[in-house]
Parts: sequence; C-alpha cells; structure tokens
Amino acid sequence: MALKIVKGSIDRMFDKNLQDLVRGIRNHKEDEAKYISTCIDEIKQELKQDNIAVKANAVCKLTYLQMLGYDVSWAAFNIVEVMSSSKFTYKRIGYLAASQCFHESTDVIMLTTNQIRKDLSSPNQYDTGVALTGLSCFVTPDLARDLANDIMTLMSHTKPYIRKKAVLIMYKVFLKYPESLRPAFPRLKEKLEDPDPGVQSAAVNVICELARRNPKNYLSLAPLFFKLMTSSTNNWVLIKIIKLFGALTPLEPRLGKKLIEPLTNLIHSTSAMSLLYECVNTVIAVLISLSSGMPNHSASIQVSFSRHAHTFSLKYLGLLAMSKILKTHPKSVQSHKDLILQCLDDKDESIRLRALDLLYGMVSKKNLMEIVKKLMLHVDKAEGTTYRDELLTKIIDICSQSNYQYISILVELTRLEGTRHGHLIASQMLDVAIRVKAIRAFAVAQMATLLDNAHLLTGNTQRNGICEVLYAAAWICGEFSEHLEEPMATLEAMLRPKVATLPGHIQAVYVQNAAKLFATVLRGQEGAPADSTVAQETSQLLIDRLPLFVQSSNLEVQERASCILQLVKYIQKLQQKDVEVAEEVTALFAGELNPVAPKAQKKVPVPEGLDLDVWINEPPSGSESEDEGRKSKGKAVFAKDESRHTKPRYTEVDEKELAKRREVRKAEQANNPFYIKASPSSQKVYQDGVGVEHIPVVQIDLSVPLKVPDQYVKLEEERRERNKADKKKKKDKKKREKGEKGRRRRGDSGPESEEDITPAHMVDIVTEEMPEWIDLRFISPLILLSLSLAPHLQVCDIQGNLQDGSQVVVSVIFENKCDSFIKSMEFNVLDSLNSKLQRPDGAGPHDGLIVPFQLPPGISNEARFIFSVQNIVMPQKLKGTLTFIVKTDDSSTHEKLDFKLHFTCTSYLITTPCYSDAYSKLLESGDLKGCSLKLEGVNQPFHHLLARICFHHHFSVVERIDSCASMYSRSIQGHHMCLLVKTADQTVSIDAKCDEPGLLGNVLDEIKLTFSQC
Amino acid sequence: MIKAILIFNNHGKPRLSKFYEHYSEDTEQQIIRETFHLVSKRDENVCNFLEGGMLIGGSENKLIYRHYATLYFVFCVDSSESGLGILDLIQVFVETLDKCFENVCELDLIFHVDKVHNILAEMVMGGMVLETNMNEIITQVDAQNKMEKSEAGIAGAPARAVSAVKNMNLPEMPRNINIGDISIKVPNLPSFK
Repeated sequence: MALKIVKGSIDRMFDKNLQDLVRGIRNHKEDEAKYISTCIDEIKQELKQDNIAVKANAVCKLTYLQMLGYDVSWAAFNIVEVMSSSKFTYKRIGYLAASQCFHESTDVIMLTTNQIRKDLSSPNQYDTGVALTGLSCFVTPDLARDLANDIMTLMSHTKPYIRKKAVLIMYKVFLKYPESLRPAFPRLKEKLEDPDPGVQSAAVNVICELARRNPKNYLSLAPLFFKLMTSSTNNWVLIKIIKLFGALTPLEPRLGKKLIEPLTNLIHSTSAMSLLYECVNTVIAVLISLSSGMPNHSASIQVSFSRHAHTFSLKYLGLLAMSKILKTHPKSVQSHKDLILQCLDDKDESIRLRALDLLYGMVSKKNLMEIVKKLMLHVDKAEGTTYRDELLTKIIDICSQSNYQYISILVELTRLEGTRHGHLIASQMLDVAIRVKAIRAFAVAQMATLLDNAHLLTGNTQRNGICEVLYAAAWICGEFSEHLEEPMATLEAMLRPKVATLPGHIQAVYVQNAAKLFATVLRGQEGAPADSTVAQETSQLLIDRLPLFVQSSNLEVQERASCILQLVKYIQKLQQKDVEVAEEVTALFAGELNPVAPKAQKKVPVPEGLDLDVWINEPPSGSESEDEGRKSKGKAVFAKDESRHTKPRYTEVDEKELAKRREVRKAEQANNPFYIKASPSSQKVYQDGVGVEHIPVVQIDLSVPLKVPDQYVKLEEERRERNKADKKKKKDKKKREKGEKGRRRRGDSGPESEEDITPAHMVDIVTEEMPEWIDLRFISPLILLSLSLAPHLQVCDIQGNLQDGSQVVVSVIFENKCDSFIKSMEFNVLDSLNSKLQRPDGAGPHDGLIVPFQLPPGISNEARFIFSVQNIVMPQKLKGTLTFIVKTDDSSTHEKLDFKLHFTCTSYLITTPCYSDAYSKLLESGDLKGCSLKLEGVNQPFHHLLARICFHHHFSVVERIDSCASMYSRSIQGHHMCLLVKTADQTVSIDAKCDEPGLLGNVLDEIKLTFSQC
Repeated sequence: MIKAILIFNNHGKPRLSKFYEHYSEDTEQQIIRETFHLVSKRDENVCNFLEGGMLIGGSENKLIYRHYATLYFVFCVDSSESGLGILDLIQVFVETLDKCFENVCELDLIFHVDKVHNILAEMVMGGMVLETNMNEIITQVDAQNKMEKSEAGIAGAPARAVSAVKNMNLPEMPRNINIGDISIKVPNLPSFK
C-alpha cells in the first residue's frame, strides 16, 4: 500500500504539468493542433485516476486549453470533483476551472450547491474566498436562491476579506434572484459605513450598479453617499459615488446645488486625473440640471480641465465633456475655439470627429466665416474619405445657417475631386439662390463662371458626382438670367459640344435654360437700338447648336431640344421680317418661383363652414378607392384651379379671426402631448384619449366662430330676467385633490382614473421621484383637481357659488406649500361646448386669466372665476392649466399645473325654501316626472340623513313627519326638484320628481354616491 | 461592470482571458481576435479608449486598453465604469503582477497563467472591482501561496525539484522579453490608496 503511494508520487513527478504543456505547445509550432489533441488524450487518462493531485493537474491544464479555444465542458464533472477536494491548492484549481467554463446550462452545477455551501462556512477564510470568487462567475438562479441566505450571513463575517467578497457577490445574486434584494438591502446599506474601506468600497460598487438600473429608488441614500464623498479617501469609491451623483442630479435638482462645492474642492485638491475627470463630468451634469447655471463656475472648472486635457492625451474625453457644456453654456466653450481647432490636426480620427462635432455646435454669425475658412483648409489636407465626407457635410450644414458668402464656399467645394456630395452641394445652391433674393446677382455671376469652366469639373464624369453642380448652375443662370452681365457668353458656354458628354438630366436642364437665356438675350438686343442682325445671329447660334441635343439618346433632352429648336426657327423667321419678338419669347418663361416656407400651409386658414375632417362624399368602399386615387391624380390641373378659386375667400377673414385661430392652435398644441414644446414631460407619447377629447374644441372654432357669442349674450339675458326673482344662495362644492398619481399611472386605480388621465400625469413622474414631498390628501369628489407639482402649489379648496342665470362662480384657494415665492399665476380652462370660462372683453377664447395676487411661501389666497353653463342636465369636467413662476433666490422657473374642474349636477341646484301648500300644488300639477332610489344599509339617524342631503345636495326640508320627509330644491335654470324620503330598518327609499328627468337621474346618482362613501 | 479582461501579445496570442459573461469557446476566440485587430492598428500616442467592438455588447460597451512592451491589457467595460478609473486599475494590475513575479515579463504570464488568474481574482470578482489597493492584494495572494506551499509540504518537494531541472534544460528561457517600461508615463500612480 505504502509502496503504491510512493510509486504514484514518483509517477506523478513525470506527468506533464501546466508548464510542460505550455512548453510543449511552444515546441510544436508546426503541428500544434495535433500535439494538443495528444495532450487532451493524456489528460483524459489522468482524469480517470483516483489520485486527486493528478486530477487537479489535469484540470489545471484544461483551463489553459480552454483559453486557447478548446471546449472542455466534457470534463465538468471532474472539475466538480477537484472543487470538492479538501486541499486548498486543488480547490482553487477546481474553482478557477469552473469559473472559466461553467455557465447556466452546465448541468453538473446543481451538484455543487452543497459543496459550495460547505466551503462558504469553512473555517479557512481562503476556502470561503475562493468559493465566493468562483460562484461570482457561474452563479445561476437556482444557486442564488439556495445560497442567498448563506451569503447574507457572510456579509457580517468577522473577517473583512470575506465581508467584502460577500457584499460584492450579492449584486450577482440580486441579478439572478431579485427577490433577495429586499431582505438584503438593509444590511447592504449598513455596509456603506463598514469600518473596513474594502468592504465600504464593495458596498458602494454594488449600490452604484443597482442605482444605475433604477436611480430614483436610491435617492434616499443620497445623504449617506454625500457623507462618504466628503470623508472617503479611496479614489475608486469617490469615482463611483461621483458617477452615481451624476445620474441622480437630473432627478433631484436640490442635490446638485449641494454637490457643487465639495466637487469643486475635490477638483482643486485631487491629483488623480480619473477622479478629476469624473468630478468635472458630474459638475457639468449638475449645471445642466440646474439650467440656471453658474457660468463662472463652469468656466473656471473648464479652463483648468482643458489645460489638463491638453497636456495629457485625454483630448477625447475633454471634447466629449465640452459638447455637454456647449448645450447649456455655449459662451464658455466659445473661448476654447482655438484649442478645438487644433484638435482637427490630431492624428486620431476619433478625436478629429469629436472636434468637428463640437465646432459645428459652436458656429455663430460672428465666427462663421472664420470657422468655415479653417475647415476649408482642413478639407484640402484631410485624408481618408470618411473623414473628408464628414467634414464636407458639416461645412455645408454650417453654411446653410447663413447665406453670406455661402455661394462662394459652395463653388470652392466643387473644386474638390472625388467627393460624393455633388447632389448636396447642388441642392444647397438652388436653395440659397431661390430663397435669398439679395444674393441672386452674386450667385448668378458665380454660376456663370462655373459654367464657363465646366470642362474642369467634367474631367472624369462617370465616377465624379460633382457634375451635379452644373445642374444647379445651369438652372440658376437660366432662371435668374436678368442678373447676368454677359448672357451671350453664358449662352455660348451652355451650348458647347462638350455638354453632350454630361448625364442626360443635366443636359435637359441645359437645353431648357438655354432657351430662357435666349429670351433674355433677345430682349437685351432688341431693347437697344442696335441692328437686328445681332439678334438674328443669336438665333442662328441656337439653330446651329441645338441639333446636337436633338440627336441625344436621352428622351427628355431630345424632346426639349426639338421643341425649342422649332421655336427658335420660327422666331428667326419673324426676326427676318423685322418683327419684335422679345416680349413674346420672355412671356414663355414669365413668372417667378417663390420660396414657400415649410410652415406656410398652416397660415392658410380653413374657410368658414369647411370641415376638413368630414367626408365630402361618402368614402368609396373596397376596390373603388383605387380608381378614385388614379382619377384624382389625372385631374391634377383641376385641383389647382379649385384652390385658386377659394383663395379670395380667405382674405375675407379678418385679422381678429386669424388671431383667434392662432390662439386656438396654440392652446391645442400646448395641451396636446404630441407636441414636444409644451413641457419637457409631455414628450412621452401617452394616451389617445386626450386627442379624442380635444376634437370638440376644434369643431367649435371651425364651425361657430363669430356668430355664436351674440346668441350666448341673448340667451343669458333672457335667463337672467327669468331668474331675477330667485334668491341667491350659496352652494358648496368640495373637491378632491388627486394624490396617488404615481400609482394611478400604473393602472391599479378606481374607475374614475381612466377619465382623469391628463397630460399632467406625465409631470407626475417628477413628483413620484421626490416621494417625501408628495402630499396625499383625499377630500371629496365633487370637484376634481389633479395636481402635478405638489411641492410648489396646492389648490386647497374650491367652492361653487351660484348666482343668477347660467353662471357658476368657482372660488379657488391657492396655497403655496413650497418654500419659494410664486408669482405670475395664470388660470386657464379649456372651454367645452357647454361650459365656458368668462373672460374679460377683448380676450380670446383661449386666453388665461391672471390671478390677481402673488404668493409668498406658506400663504394662501382665494380667487374667483365665473363660468357660464348652458346645459345643466349632465355633470361635466373641464380641463385646465395653471401656469406660474417659482422664484427662488437665484433663479426662477416656469411651471405648469394641470387640473380638472368637476361640475356635478348637484352644484347646479340652489337651496330654495318652499312652503308645503306650494309644494303640494307643484306635485299635483302633473308636470313632474318621477323616479325612485333605494339605499340599503344606512344606519344613521334620520335627521343626520336629511342634514346630509341638505348639505351636500342643496335641498331644503319642506315637511317632516316621523321617518318621512319631503324636500325641495331648484336648479339655476328653474327646474323644480322634489324628494320624498322614507326610512325603515336601515333602508332609505327616495321618491323623486322633477320636470327634467335627466337632471333628476344624475342628482340621484350623486346622492347615492354620497351615501356609499360614508 | 467589467465584461471581460483580455491580455494578448503583439501578435494577438492570448495570454489571459477572463469573461464575466458566458460565451462559447469559439465566440471567445473571435472576440479576442477582433479586439486584437481593433487595438493593434492604433498608434502608440492616441487615446486609450475605443468604442465599437462588435462582439461584446456593441455600442453600450467600451474597450479600455494599455500597451506595455509586448503585451496588451484590454478591459471591456460598460458605461457604469469610469474610463480613466479603469486605466488606473490596469496600472495597478500590472504593478501587482510586477511585484508578485519580481520583474514580470511575458514569459511569466505564459507559464503561470493560473497565478495571474489568482491575482486577478483578488482584484476583480465577477466583473466588479473588489480591491484597488495593491498592498492588500499582494498580502492576500501571498497568504494563499503560503497555504499552498504548506499543503504541498515534503510531498511537493520532488515535483518542485523536477520542475526546476526541467527549467534548467531550457535554452530558450531567457528573460529577455521583459515587459520593460512598466512605468509608462501614468499621470497618477498613487491613484488608489
């Protein structure tokens, strides 16, 4: 037995170990694969032996082969064997091999659970450490679930070496088994303050990774991190924390202000470039989130930074950071223009491209020429097509911001060979020449030279896209030929035989524009008292040259050329008879192309009575629609005529109306979440519902504009007279402030929430992320307000007061709950067909009302708004917006609050006393229609019940006998409403009568709701 | 998160590969080849960041690398890592190797890849940075090596002797492929205390 052990041990000495394997592979460079396959056979033999040392050696070699790309998964079971050795040496080899080649679908992993658990609780800290390291690489959901508790225990191990590994591996466990996060989080948080810096660092690492996935959940840890940031000296930890703050500041602006100072301190004190860079990056993020900014700060930081960036090869990162600053503080970047221009000379293409991006953003009117000149220099020097093309596009983009000297730059660009941007340059030339009248003369002169030198451009036509430019040149010269100094010379240039080598579509333009030029030339020659022979010579020139084009293989060229040739021949005949033809020839090309702004169509108002959304004819079904499409294409000429006929009608619409319509559109856009500019939060494309609700508004403004107000005035006057006898009574309304918005967004809300979703809910994301300030309150459902900016302002109470006629007075109490000054409040409601906010004379239908006071912090005040209501049968909701300015010490921000006003039918009732004899007469008259309601399970005294109806629903008691009472109320439009309330055994039955059944039904529903809520 | 750590030489031969996400062996080789291709064509004096490796993660990830004499050290990381921080980490890694192998050279990495793995395991665990303090790393590595030696005990002696003899016979073993200029100008050596 002993002999066998010795023998085994001696044998083992001559087994190949890892070094031998490596050496062997290096000695068999020619037949490496063959050598390795023999090695693998040997390894397979070794793995069959009982000796664990031999197995471990084999596994070690396999790990190396795995790196070279050999699949070793067949040895997975042997790896597990080696892992479970009691010796640390072998265990480590086993775990290393496992970490290199185990993954979730390795089936032997499930055999390891108990072994790993045993190792985790081993008294030897390195056994535990090696197990944790290995596990971190191959942890599966099953392992995570089974071992989560063991690892959690290790997080409070006495040895920091184990603690830090246990903390770190928790992140992997969270990823595979998310349920473990909740129980482990408190302990993880605790580890942020561990006495050992390594453990601390591990905890910071884990939380930063978690926070990256979902930053807002970790806002509450900000103070802890803040403390760590000011106390820690570990640069790695600092970098992690600062990066985390960079992600948190956009969510919580107040954090940013606090950060600026410690960050600036770090920037000045640290010697570590990496830390410096992350600090600067976060400062930039902070400045951007504050938006108001502290330009001096940023400038100073940046100067120090760019100096460093210059000395080290960190330009790339510097440029990246600058492009962030550029978005908010263009001026501070401006001063580094020279530095950035230098970067264009850099050898590194990624740096050059970054610099180019930056320059593009920096261009202003003042420095445009300078930058473009520099860029032009670089175009000449630039190598590599991608970079040069990029450069060219950027130049053109930059230039299109300004017209000055643009043309000459474009002409200059055409001299470059081998660019693919001929099309782009051509279209830009056309664009500028058409758009800018002032530049046409200059452009035409440049184009004429270009045409004259056309042979330079066309050297190698086929692969050179630049000849596209000639297309633009010819067209510009023809169209604006009146600016030409020597039209004759240009005409000559355009008719050179060489032109025939150009692509067909360019030739076509040449021919057509030659005709235009011809017209101009004729006019010039006939206008002067010169001899007519000159004019005839011109015609002769055309007649001589055009046949070349008539023979062209391109159909369009051919067609145009022959057409024009005949025309010129005819003209020549006339000329020979001394007829002045110039006028008629120019008439051929009369009319000027005017540029049309992309938004121009919107400025054309829709004529009165025309509803574009309504079908003029019923839509044809199925296959017919295709035919329609074809027909209408064919009748394009008619379509044009039609639009001309309608044109005069537009002019009848007066200025006022136009202004109104503009307002409508603005309001519509502001409330439409699909328009980005309204508020940053509305960028989220949300629900279709809003769009649908908006449709009525549009229809009003299209169909009933100016006439309607008169009708309204009359109606109101009539009603006022009718109701003069009525006594004024106040009615109370309550409102519910909408809290719990965040949760509503996720959809687990009551039936109301569906209707109540407004664009405001997108703002809610902000409030949701600042949980400590959300003030959740629930008062009463009658008037509904959805508040999106709870920290700033709270509309605390609304009361509806009814006066005469169809007016409703809504009192709103504005309470400032934040600690900043609020001013310039503007209250606006989107009118519906039925309810309108009364605005002062002269205000448009979508103007807001200015709230006549400002609010210092903590102060509340009341404002009243009058609404006119036409139909009171149905309850209604109005959407509105409150805009206001929040003023803090150093900045002021514009905020918006969306809310809903909920007019219930009850709010149209006025408590009116009635005598019993009048009451019985009313009932006898037979005009009233009945309806009844039964309430069960009401266990309150009868007089409470009556008081409740009186208070909430504006009724008065007429008569009461025992458990039976009659009640009366009257609507603002004079509807009578009578109730007979009886109670017996917790059941309340209400018999009601009213001359307006719809109103009655709604009021009864509301009564039912009141009792269901108590 | 660190997605992968690769060390290869100027010819693209892998000296160490550690992937913190699972790939098949073939894909791993492809990634190494591609990374080598990207990194090796860059000049010496350009920035150490590279975007756009196709295989590991694409645009989300960056390659951060340093080139020491004959070896490239490449870390593939996602956006949560600080680029310059990782550069410092590479420096710490190389300095640690230098201490552990006493004047490290490519041959050390070739023959002792298992040791390199063990050192790396004390620095980076499952793609997360475990320790950045060089002294701490060395202490832990030494302690483990000591344990290994004590376990081998007398039984390990013959094996070591044989190994020494084998090494003696090797003419091609000169330590001339020194990693050499290990202190390539780094802005901040004491970056991680």
